Amino acid sequence: MNFFHHNKPPHSGDEPRTTATQWQLMWWKFKDHRLAHWSLYALLALYFTAAAWEFLAPHDPLQREARLSYSPPQRIHVFHQGRLCRPFVYPQIQHMDSETSARTYTEDTSTPQPIRLFTQGDSYQFWGVLSMSRHLFALAGNAPLRLLGSDRLGRDLLSRVLKGSRVSLSIGFAGVFLSLLLGVFIGGISGYYGGWIDTAIQRFIEILRSFPAIPLWLALSAAMPADWPEMRVYFFMTVILAIIGWTDLARVVRGKFLSLREEDYVLAAKVAGVSEPLIIARHLVPGFLSHLIVTATLAVPNMVLAETSLSFLRLGLRPPAVSWGVLLQDAQNIRAVALYPWLMTPVLFVIATVLLFNFLGDGLRDAADPYRN
Amino acid sequence: MWSFMLRRILLLVPTLFVISIVSFTIIQLPPGDFLTNYVSNLAQSGESANEAQVASLRARYGLDQPVYVQYAHWIGGVLHGDFGQSFTYNKPVGTLIWERLGMTLFIALLTIAVTWLIAIPIGIYSATHPYSFLDYFFTFLGFIGMATPPFVLALLLMYASYVWFGTSVGGLFSDLYADAPWSLGKVWDLVKHLWAPVLVLAVGGTTAMVRTLRANLLDQLELPYVVTARAKGLSEWRLLLKYPVRLAINPLVSTIGWMLPTLISGSTIVSMVLSLPTDGPLMITALMEQDMYLAGSFVMIMSVLTVIGTLLSDLLLAWVDPRIRLEGKPS
Repeated sequence: MNFFHHNKPPHSGDEPRTTATQWQLMWWKFKDHRLAHWSLYALLALYFTAAAWEFLAPHDPLQREARLSYSPPQRIHVFHQGRLCRPFVYPQIQHMDSETSARTYTEDTSTPQPIRLFTQGDSYQFWGVLSMSRHLFALAGNAPLRLLGSDRLGRDLLSRVLKGSRVSLSIGFAGVFLSLLLGVFIGGISGYYGGWIDTAIQRFIEILRSFPAIPLWLALSAAMPADWPEMRVYFFMTVILAIIGWTDLARVVRGKFLSLREEDYVLAAKVAGVSEPLIIARHLVPGFLSHLIVTATLAVPNMVLAETSLSFLRLGLRPPAVSWGVLLQDAQNIRAVALYPWLMTPVLFVIATVLLFNFLGDGLRDAADPYRN
Repeated sequence: MWSFMLRRILLLVPTLFVISIVSFTIIQLPPGDFLTNYVSNLAQSGESANEAQVASLRARYGLDQPVYVQYAHWIGGVLHGDFGQSFTYNKPVGTLIWERLGMTLFIALLTIAVTWLIAIPIGIYSATHPYSFLDYFFTFLGFIGMATPPFVLALLLMYASYVWFGTSVGGLFSDLYADAPWSLGKVWDLVKHLWAPVLVLAVGGTTAMVRTLRANLLDQLELPYVVTARAKGLSEWRLLLKYPVRLAINPLVSTIGWMLPTLISGSTIVSMVLSLPTDGPLMITALMEQDMYLAGSFVMIMSVLTVIGTLLSDLLLAWVDPRIRLEGKPS
């Protein structure tokens, strides 16, 4: 069996292929790329999580709980003393080894704590405006629930990962959006006007691309003063990521502009007296939009990785801001990781995101050219 | 060919100029000049700065003069091989980077060799057995390798060796040999430490190379000359290695000049995690300590290396493929 495509002829017969618009054709072709299709839904789910983490997280991600420092992930049980119950957890009890002062945790199996849906918990400001305290799931009386374990200060890692997803996932989008603006604008000018403007812009892009990305990113993010507020750091990280990112997009746009400019239908529009902005908007942009979307999709994971790496090195976002990279700062100490391996769980989210975006980009690339078989 | 080379080399001049400007900007980025930071650092640690020394440093870098004069001072020094002074190490920046450049290059070259050794057989196998179980397996591995940031791979490797073998894989030498002169024992010690960083660094390049090689080779294998050769009874191995593989590897060979600097700058974070005695960690600590001459010079040297590497790659490609050197000529 072919894992990546299934070979059934797409929608043969029932849809009128000849009258379908180009976007319809692309969507059909995209739907045939099953992996990409699933990835799209998985990514939508991830972004939904990032948008609504305050509600989805069981706890306030900054709430400390000293008696649960480095507590392991709690297991969800359904059998209590041999009887089937609704899903519940046992509370964790800390034991301190008096000699090594190492902490161990045991489950107190006498008092099951059922997991309740839509229950009251830590209060929060949804999107910074709506005061709420209802959570998708939590324990009765807001008892600590640690499905992914705790960090050193006893904060809930699941809630922290969910909170971090908003920064980590959106910074990729914001960076790509900024790159897109720059890329389309500058690449468009370069490709449409040609001549010495094109030459100058192309040389400039070549020079920018000769900078090694990682050292430049590191140097620029290290220049951000330590006392900057979170939002400003976030904004400048986006700018830093876009500084190199836009050149790829500008190249795609320019190349497409150059080839589309020569097409007969553009000439026909010109002869018919269509104004230049209208030619660009109506005839040129739709011609390369699909390719642009592909390039942009494939650029997002690089930005997610860059944010993670920079924050991991303490050169990007800093606590109390929470992103996946910030969470991984705790994993810098390999002894801590060896004792408390759940500190590495943010990595799984990073890898999943990057993989999903790559699959999606592959599928989109195939779909961008729906006439090729 | 000559006009192509001339054009490319002429382009080098503005490129290097912009690179120097950006590097200088990086040096200037932190608030206040570095000398005031230096003096306040000294004051914090209880020492008082030597007035005469500070004055001479101020004169040396022209700190009381406008920015463009400072730039002229700095670039003049760079052209004579003087990259300025590192204030955390209290050594010339050139010496610091130079000391570690040997090990940096050695690891990068070794990584390239390992990348090729792993990628070429896998790429050939995947292209000759497309959609087989192993092909999917390698594709899957490749996706995972591509999606995992290298520093995470390094962390996982350290974690695994710590948990299973009880040793840490960080560094390149054990304490016993770290400062010892070269000997057979030290070389063996190096080999024992070297596999981890080289493997981690090779993963990214390998996955990319397998993908390209597989795609290139698949394209070649469909061409009529392969069918002809097979029809004439050439043995499968000779057929494969003599033409399609050579043609499929061609674009890869020519990217070698470009691979080296990418690898060196890409290895920055990994070498930090694995605490290797290379230039990467030097750069990161310099940035954290705001030792800006060191950091700026590192960006500058890396960029210059990238530019030269790209130039070599382009010349190599143009030499191999006449279509490239004729492109853009007035017709």
